[in-house]
This record gives sequence, C-alpha cells and structure tokens, in this order.
Amino acid sequence: MTDGAAGTGVDPIVAIPVRHWGRWVGAVGVLALVALLVRAFVQADIHYGVTGDYLFSHVVLVGVWHTLEISVAAQLLGVGLGVVAAVMRQSKNPVMGGVGWFYVWFFRGTPLLLQLILWYNLAAIFPTLSIPGLWHADTNTTITPFLAALLGLGINEGAYMAEIVRAGIGSVDSGQTEASQALGMTQGLTLRRIVLPQAMRVIIPPTGNEFINMLKSSSLATAAQFTEVLRTVQTLAGQNLELIPMLFVAAIWYLVLTSVFSVGQYYLERRFARGAQRELPATPFQRVLRGIRPGRT
Amino acid sequence: MTTPMVLAEGVRKSFGKLEVLKGIDLAVQPGEVCCLLGPSGSGKSTFLRCINHLEQINRGRLYVDGELVGYRQQGGRLYEQREHETAAKRAHIGMVFQRFNLFPHMTALGNVIEAPVRVLKQSKAEAVASGHTLLERVGLADKLNAYPAQLSGGQQQRVAIARALAMKPKLMLFDEPTSALDPELVGEVLDVMRGLAKDGMTMVVVTHEMGFARDVGDTVVFMDDGVVVEQGDPKQVIDNPQHPRTKAFLGKVL
Ligand SMILES: Nc1ncnc2c1ncn2[C@@H]1O[C@H](COP(=O)(O)OP(=O)(O)OP(=O)(O)O)[C@@H](O)[C@H]1O
Ligand SMILES: [Mg+2]
Repeated sequence: MTDGAAGTGVDPIVAIPVRHWGRWVGAVGVLALVALLVRAFVQADIHYGVTGDYLFSHVVLVGVWHTLEISVAAQLLGVGLGVVAAVMRQSKNPVMGGVGWFYVWFFRGTPLLLQLILWYNLAAIFPTLSIPGLWHADTNTTITPFLAALLGLGINEGAYMAEIVRAGIGSVDSGQTEASQALGMTQGLTLRRIVLPQAMRVIIPPTGNEFINMLKSSSLATAAQFTEVLRTVQTLAGQNLELIPMLFVAAIWYLVLTSVFSVGQYYLERRFARGAQRELPATPFQRVLRGIRPGRT
Repeated sequence: MTTPMVLAEGVRKSFGKLEVLKGIDLAVQPGEVCCLLGPSGSGKSTFLRCINHLEQINRGRLYVDGELVGYRQQGGRLYEQREHETAAKRAHIGMVFQRFNLFPHMTALGNVIEAPVRVLKQSKAEAVASGHTLLERVGLADKLNAYPAQLSGGQQQRVAIARALAMKPKLMLFDEPTSALDPELVGEVLDVMRGLAKDGMTMVVVTHEMGFARDVGDTVVFMDDGVVVEQGDPKQVIDNPQHPRTKAFLGKVL
C-alpha cells in the first residue's frame, strides 16, 4: 500500500480535481454563438404566432396523421419485402438469387423521387391492371396517391431492408442452424424460430434509423400527390403567405415524431437484447435514478 | 442378429479435393456406447455429422437403424431425400455439440420444449411437463427460466443434453461435449452421460476423456487420417494398443 501522506486506503479519497480550463473556454465560446443565433431568430421578421396558431389546427393534425400512416405502412411493407429479398438472395436457386439481386440493384440504384413519380404515373405505362382471368381494373382509379406513395416508399425501403436483414442473418452463428437442424427442424422453421429472432438484435437498430428516415422521406410522397404534413403546410402557406412559420409547424411535428420513435427504438432494442447479455442495460429512467443516488448500482 | 443402430460401410467424404473420410467401416449396436478417439483433423466430427446428414457422404453406405442416411432406396436405385424426410430422420437422433449451441434467445426450458412442440407437435403442456422432468434429470430443476448466458458452461451443456433427450432419440451423438469446459465442470456433464449409458442409450461419443472412454465405453474406435486404425474393447485399446499410430496418440494424451 503506497498511501503515504494521504492516510490509509480506508478513508475516502480527498483530492483536488484536475481543472479543465480548455473546456471552460470552449463552453463560453459555444454559448456565445448560440446566444447570437437565438437573438437573430428573435429579431428576425418571423410571425411566430402563426406557428402557434396552426400547430394544433385540424388540417395540420390530419397531415401529421397521414405522414405517420404512410411511414408506418411503407416501413412494414419494406421490412416484409426486405426479409423476402434477403432470403431469396441466400437461396441455392439461381433464379431466386438473381431476382433478389436485381430488386436490390434497381431500387437502390435509382432515386426515390423518380420511383414515386413513376408509380404515380403508372397509368401512362399500363392503362389497365389485370391478373389474367381473375381481376382487372383501371390503373388511374386503382393507384390512388396513397397507394402510389406506399408502393414507392415501401418497395424502395425493401431494397435497403434486404441488405440489413442479410447482415442480420449472417450475424447468427452457424452452430445455431446446425443445432436446430439436428433437432429435426426444417429450414423454414429454423429461419423463423431460431435465426430471425436472433438476427433481430442486429436488424433492429438500423431499422429504427430507416424508420426515422422514412418519417422524413415520406415528404417526397408529395410527388405522388399524397397529402402529408409538409404538403399540408405548404398548401396553407399558399393561402396565408406565411411560409416560414408554416415550415416551423412541420419541423416541430417531424421533431416530435422522430423523438417519440427514437425512444421507442431504444426499448425495442432492449427487448431483443434478451439472452445476449446477463443483465439488460439500464433504461434512461433507471440511469437518471442512479445518477441521483450514486453508490447504488 | 439385431440391426445395428449405426452401420458404416466404406464411408468416404471429401471437401473439395481434400478427402477427410477414406473408407470408414463401423457398426454400433443398440444400447452400445462407442467412443471415437483420434488426433485433431482425423475426421471424427465429420463422421459424426455424416451420421445425421449434416454432411453428405460421397461414397459407401451409411445406415442408421437399418435405414440409409440421406437417400431412399427403391427398386435398386438411390433417390436423394427431400428436406422434410431428412429432418424427420434427424428428429430421432440427438446431437450434442462442443460449443453447446443453445438458443440464446430462449430460456433453458424454452430450448428443451422448442423441437418437441414444433417438430413432434406435442402440446405445450405435455412438452413443458417432460421438459421439467428432463431438466430435473440433468440436475437443473432450479434453472428452468434461466437464459443460456446466465448459465455456466457445464450447466449449458446439460441443458443441451436435455434438449436432445426431449426428442426421445434412439441414438445420441456427442462431439467433444466437455472440451470447451473448465476442468472442474467436466465431471457434471460426464455424470449425466454416464447416467444415460446406464439407462441403455445408444451413444457415439467423440471425446478426449480417456477415463470416460475406458469406464463407460463398450467399444472404442481409434481414427487417424480418415480411417479406423484400431477398434475394440476400451481397456484393451487404451491400455494395450496394438497399432503404432494408436500408441503414439495415446502416449501423447495419457
Ligand atoms: N466444411 C468443411 N470444409 C472444408 N474442410 C473441412 C470442413 N469440415 C472439416 N474440414 C476438414 O476436414 C478435416 C477433418 O475435420 P474434423 O473436424 O472432422 O476433424 P476432427 O477429427 O473432429 O478434429 P478435432 O479433434 O480437431 O475436432 C480437417 O482437415 C478439416 O479442416
Ligand atoms: Mg472435431
């Protein structure tokens, strides 16, 4: 024990902490910049009252709802297609593999905006849609703005999800498949019960990011004439000529949505970490509690 | 004469250009414990994996309980098995791996009941009841709801044995079940295996545990470089090996 002058190791350590002068200087500098920025916005010619007036107006709330609706629907479609494409690309059947590859190649390789416009104008290529002998319809009435947006966003998303799912499946130890097959489980059962649930741990964090991206890129659905929140506020701004405050309305709602889902993602990740760690990581709430009552871990 | 549980006739297996099994002849009778010994890379794991068709053999014939592994014989011709046929045959062969391979997202009980429920279509209640019994039998009655990450290596391996037993296998394959374990945990797993042997389970065990092979094995088979070099009564082969390669190997491990 080399405690020397400081006494025995049993006493609590009393020491003068290192002073971080650089941090202080940095903090003051950044605060000054923030203050300037706030001042600029306060003095700017923006009618913040308008933002407040419209934030909870019925039209805007409907727009927010549409944004949420299309994002969730498109993401679900994307996850489904992603799983299918990832499994196809692993298939020993070259046709399956080829189709999976082409899907990812095409939809990742062209702009989302272009795809959305294409879906909306599907009638220009195929005036009628039909499954020979079974079903038949006029394209223009079938492909509503919602459907065009769903197909555009969802199918595009599927191409990205395919890569994420593929990485997830690849992350599962091959011993898991062997153990499952040795128990007499078929490939399908193995995938569903053993591999995918474990792949989730790898799949969920990037999927959360994808969804948060989706909330924002759903604004491109305006190209398919779908009325989501950004289009709504732009339309309103066309009437009241208050573009900037109206854009703030949309920005606030996007921030609310992305924040709520970031928290949701956190809890989802926790759930799928089950079994991977001896103890689940603390929730932010638990961490705050610990911060307040140090010494308890 | 009864049908052997495992019968290998001139079994050959290659990975690309590398021939790993070079003509294995072997018979394991029902109720027999057969211990496979041999140096690293001699093809022990590969042979074990061929028995439940995790690997496909290239030549020779391999029978489990009188039935061809991986093929159907009909009118003098061989037909490759369909996936669900292979799966159905595997369901009756238990396998225990060196690295346990428990399903980490399921509890001990979840691991044990998964295949009985999904493959044998047992009712959940039935599977849970026999799962309880099995986990009790391997000494883990108090760990039913523990996840694999919360168990020691020895406990995990015992869950893995219970998981295999839940399928009521007629044959159990063990691939170095204790070599990933800390020395003080080896005993608890070997004890479970001893119990199984006593209950008359047919077992093929790849192991480096000479004590186990000598005490529990009915036969030991010494493999080297893809062939069976020597086989017979454990005490004879281990204590009084005839072949120089067996002598050299045992000289190193004993
Ligand atoms: N999937 C595979 N692809 C290519 N080569 C393989 C494969 N599996 C095994 N081998 C090779 O086959 C040989 C025998 O391997 P095997 O695992 O059967 O040996 P083993 O007797 O079990 O050795 P150990 O005691 O180290 O487990 C080794 O040379 C190994 O590299
Ligand atoms: Mg091996």
